[in-house]
Amino acid sequence: MSTVWATILGLTLATAAVKAVVPVLLGGRDLPERFTGVIALMAPALLTALVVTSVLADGDRWHAGADTVGVAAAGVVAWRGASVVTTLAVAVVVTALLRLAGLP
Amino acid sequence: MGADDRASFREGLRLGVPFGVASFLLSMSFGVVARETGFSVLAAVAMSVLVFAGSAQFAAVAVLAAGGGAGAAVAAGTLMNSRFLPMGIALAPSLPGRAWWRGLQGLAVVDSSWALAARGDGTFDRWRLFGTTAPQLVAWYLGTVVGAFGGELIGDLDRFGLDAVYPAFFLAVLLPELRDRDRRGVAVVGGLLALALVPVAPPGVPVLAAGLAALWGLRRREAP
Repeated sequence: MSTVWATILGLTLATAAVKAVVPVLLGGRDLPERFTGVIALMAPALLTALVVTSVLADGDRWHAGADTVGVAAAGVVAWRGASVVTTLAVAVVVTALLRLAGLP
Repeated sequence: MGADDRASFREGLRLGVPFGVASFLLSMSFGVVARETGFSVLAAVAMSVLVFAGSAQFAAVAVLAAGGGAGAAVAAGTLMNSRFLPMGIALAPSLPGRAWWRGLQGLAVVDSSWALAARGDGTFDRWRLFGTTAPQLVAWYLGTVVGAFGGELIGDLDRFGLDAVYPAFFLAVLLPELRDRDRRGVAVVGGLLALALVPVAPPGVPVLAAGLAALWGLRRREAP
């Protein structure tokens, strides 16, 4: 089997396993209230990590660029109550304009 | 599936459409990159259909492009996917049925559907999750087909600023959470931890570590 197909097969199985393993083991029962409180805390932690690793890092180094400014601008309009669609539009337009102006 | 479930599913479909557009463009660029790395059209499309996890696919292909083997590529993609473990911990109690059926439902999770299905109290609306994933699944497949066939015509998609779509979305979902003091604290700790790990940990690990940082809140709450 070629390297490409071995990668596809391996990643298919690994992805399914990672997504399914916790629901298989943990699902279908009520967890202690203390635990659901912590679950509610996971969302802000994961979301913040997804944002900062996207806009303040490139691979294994810290990096700021046009997308950093675009997403920050989107954050400002979102904080002021803009809809999700408006927020995304601001992010894309600001990022694209800054790239047009030569920012990486 | 009751009337409420159907309403949730339709609501999810509606919410998922903008992310479907972003998925289409992202998977188009995946198709282009995969072809450049030596994938056949069939292999590029098969990977999107079977794996359906954007960041993992990009990570695996980047390893192959750098000359790495299949084992290293699968490992990189799996680390990228490891955030689905804490997401699964959060979601699992909201998935009913037998073990195999819960596992199958778990496969439907993508970042945006997980975030949009969260009710904010620790429970999830699973039909809204399935609805939000559906348009992104279809778009992910179609985009890969277009990118794999028409790569040379499309070129570099970054100039359109589309890489800002996903972080801006996550930020939009995150901001309302930050009005609560506990959640703000965990967000700051998780964000700083992820950023600190970027130069030293393999890709994917910083986000996983941030998710597990929430467990730190468990210990704090145990204290009297």
